Amino acid sequence: MNYVANPIAIAIFLTFVGFVLGMSFYFARKAKSAEGYFAAGGTIHWFVNGIAFAGDYLSAASFLGICGLIATMGYDGFLYSIGYLAGWIVALFVVAEPMKRLGKYTFTDALDSKFNSKGIQLMAAISTLAVSLFYLIPQMVGAGVLVTPLLGLPHWMGVCMVGAIVITIVATAGMTSTTYVQFLKGGLLIIFSTVLSIAVLNKGLSTEPRPETFNPKIIAAADADTSIRVTEAKTGLTFVKITEDGIFNWWIVRGDKLEQAQSKVETASGETLYNGAPKTDNKFQSVGLVTELPDGQTETGKVGVFEYFSTIQGSEVVRYPKSSIAMFDHEGDHVKVFCPQITSGEDLMIPGQKFKIKDGIGKINFISLMLALFLGTASLPHILIRYYTVPSQRDARKSTIVAIGGIGFFYVLTLFMGLGAMTLGVIDVESGNMSAPLLAKAFSIFLFSVISAIAFATVLGTVSGLIVATSGAIAHDLMDNYMGIKMNDKQKVMAGKTAAFAVGIVAVALGIAFKGMNVAFLVGWAFAVAASANLPSIIMLLFWDKTTAKGIAWSIGVGMVSALGIILTSPSMYGQYGADPSTAIHSLDNPGIISIPLSFITLVVVSLMTQKDNHGLEDIT
Amino acid sequence: MLHEPAAKAEKDAASDWKAKLGIKLFWLYCVIYMGFVGIAVFATETMKKPVLAGTNLAIIYGMALIIFAIILGLIYNHLCTKKENEMAAKEGEAE
Repeated sequence: MNYVANPIAIAIFLTFVGFVLGMSFYFARKAKSAEGYFAAGGTIHWFVNGIAFAGDYLSAASFLGICGLIATMGYDGFLYSIGYLAGWIVALFVVAEPMKRLGKYTFTDALDSKFNSKGIQLMAAISTLAVSLFYLIPQMVGAGVLVTPLLGLPHWMGVCMVGAIVITIVATAGMTSTTYVQFLKGGLLIIFSTVLSIAVLNKGLSTEPRPETFNPKIIAAADADTSIRVTEAKTGLTFVKITEDGIFNWWIVRGDKLEQAQSKVETASGETLYNGAPKTDNKFQSVGLVTELPDGQTETGKVGVFEYFSTIQGSEVVRYPKSSIAMFDHEGDHVKVFCPQITSGEDLMIPGQKFKIKDGIGKINFISLMLALFLGTASLPHILIRYYTVPSQRDARKSTIVAIGGIGFFYVLTLFMGLGAMTLGVIDVESGNMSAPLLAKAFSIFLFSVISAIAFATVLGTVSGLIVATSGAIAHDLMDNYMGIKMNDKQKVMAGKTAAFAVGIVAVALGIAFKGMNVAFLVGWAFAVAASANLPSIIMLLFWDKTTAKGIAWSIGVGMVSALGIILTSPSMYGQYGADPSTAIHSLDNPGIISIPLSFITLVVVSLMTQKDNHGLEDIT
Repeated sequence: MLHEPAAKAEKDAASDWKAKLGIKLFWLYCVIYMGFVGIAVFATETMKKPVLAGTNLAIIYGMALIIFAIILGLIYNHLCTKKENEMAAKEGEAE
């Protein structure tokens, strides 16, 4: 779609980002010591920390990714909401208080509190780096996604902007500033998402599309020149090229009828045409349409919460899933046709559109994802370090409960925002990630600007938190503890800031490389790596006396390598490499079901083999 | 380098009791979560059944999992705080 920058949107956006930066510089004064930089001095109030948790957690994946997945795939997107929130149960009941009791700056400190082992320091630091980088990718992709409709800038520019701003924030202030940025935007995100959800319910459902929404025409095949025909193998559909008023487009042959489709053509001369015209001609439209409402209604008017769901269940909706995109070459042109797919509301509102749970491997992929989401939260380094910012274990617990309340409420709202984007026809057919901001735009430019600015700050805050966690792993765990480089407090902060700069540059490069992948899906991978590498060690350290340092180090290594290995050879990554996903060496997209048990088994076996190492150690649990 | 906490943790006599309670509540939630995943994978069509005000089981079960997590968290906090206060009072009396 073609996005034109709106002056009001730019003004609101710049004001908000400027405010965030100002706040950051203000708090920079409090971060002179290493404790101030990495753990905000352990002085943050539990309520502020709880909302900041929500801010950390409601990242690009939640606001952009989940809403986008619900908008394009229905209920399957909501599964991420359920899994992400369930993960907090593990954090609250199992991890929160012991982490607070055992750690100092990083989660490695907690793991290593009993052993003082070089192996743990090295493996846990590498795992923190790997998980944080995986988590950074979707955030950076999300940044590019936001800037495109808001400021009319290309994706890569958005990624670079976030990189530059975040490096500035982190290099100046550290954890205190990150906490207050997260508190502010976490609170605002929940408030404005509530406003947006209420607007969706007030608008209700209608079979009459908005003027900006693509409503495919259907004509008799006999009325058109259908001599240029192409049959595409993947979809099995036949397309005809029809030229009207000098502009061509591709139509789908449906028996003796032709159905209009939207197309993107890269011509032999290097030009890209949308529905036969350059992007700036605005021929390419947003999608999503209700074609049928229950009882022959054409409009519902304002609806209640349950009425909204039950009405969609009884409706028919037009979607444009990736599986219905046809791609073929014709006379030197590379053609991509986005084909409408009518789906019953009944099917849309249960699992199964994205996750093919009817076949064997689909079931395993689904179980694997839900396992990783459940166990991943309590193993994310940037979440775990937030336990060190509050003064006591009681505060750690209370802030987790505030987080669960805020995050849980937001996740319920994702259903309304996602389904709203789907039924109000605001989806950009090329990227579902933009659905929530574009839904806001359908209501008002002000709402769109504010929500986009908050979402951008969401990305800023989450990326800041991740970079603090990563820089802590490099400066504190690797340089100070593992390598034994003696640094005073000031030097340690400087090392952290330098590491933050380097990680920021890597994150920018990855954000550009992974453009176009759904951000919630990418975060699912970060969860899988975290759950595989970190959770078995945390759980076993707390609940199994026979756990040894070597057991922990090996468990982290095996969990991380197996999860990364499965991801990097998965069908989705084959697609990312430009290869045919069906040629991948295995069919598993989510590694958790193999890598998590493998990590647990490794820990138990290695610990049992190295019991003599534990003699003389005191019990820390 | 030692790995002491950033802020000195207070003495917590209730930590064993809280850990046991946490594990019990974790398993309770885990069973309900597994029930959801099990129905989704092995009895997907059951998810279509309307269970509340015409809304299907998938939506109601999903929302219930979210709301139940919040309720369980509040119960856990209430019980832990009560126990911590009790233990603190006992320690105070002992001193």
